[in-house]
Amino acid sequence: MDIDFGTIMFFALALVAVVPAFMVVLARDIVRVAFWLLASLCGVAGLYILLGADFIGLTQVLVYIGGILVLILFGIMMTSKDPLRQKAGASGQRSVVTGLVTAAIVFAVLAAVVLGVGFEEGKGRSDGSPTTTALGEALLTDYVLPFELVSVLLLFVLCGAAYMARRRREDAHA
Amino acid sequence: MLDVSLKHYLLVAALMFAAGVGVIISRRNAIAVLCGVELILNAAALNFVAFNRYSAPSGRLDGQVFTIFIIILAAAEAAIALAILLNLFQQTNTVDVDEADTLRE
Repeated sequence: MDIDFGTIMFFALALVAVVPAFMVVLARDIVRVAFWLLASLCGVAGLYILLGADFIGLTQVLVYIGGILVLILFGIMMTSKDPLRQKAGASGQRSVVTGLVTAAIVFAVLAAVVLGVGFEEGKGRSDGSPTTTALGEALLTDYVLPFELVSVLLLFVLCGAAYMARRRREDAHA
Repeated sequence: MLDVSLKHYLLVAALMFAAGVGVIISRRNAIAVLCGVELILNAAALNFVAFNRYSAPSGRLDGQVFTIFIIILAAAEAAIALAILLNLFQQTNTVDVDEADTLRE
């Protein structure tokens, strides 16, 4: 038996990424949706690291899991009255079957494209050396304009979000 | 034993994309719909990294740079979307996408 360690890791991580993604469709309530999303994001972070993108994998853990998911959990806490007891009928799901059928159709089309088009596989970047230095150089040379634009965008977005989310004064009593 | 190649990663990303579309179709809670959008963005980012690993000229990291931008924009999008949803909740006391139809009537 000569089973490559990378192959085993790929299939394990692919399962961790894909199965929770479909559990997000099937989960009963909104808190479980968030935690299945957490599992799926962890699987994708592992796939990034397996692809040799160590910096991206850690950024995924820091920004997605540490930031966006916590933000989503705060959103759930502030917007649902009884998040753990929302049954599927009341405010949970429209139709799981419709969602799954649509997902199957979308996947069929994408899989036909992926398997039908012969993507050219060059040598690529396979030495597995750390990418942080090269990424920093790329961000500050070739991609410096998008980098600055996106930082300004992030500043505006965070100011706008803070402005919109702040609690309004009660105007009725004024 | 089969070798893991670009196609395997693209199929994984396609499955995640399909799951994200399924979430957007089937969920009524707007925050769950946002989770579906995050799944779709992750699938796209995974494609970028996979192409960067398997078909970029050696030494180039353009795909990973694009993935960084995707993650930044996803963070911005989540922050803005949740702020909008908080406002919606204050106005209508629900985040159900089927009930937020004031403009339609």
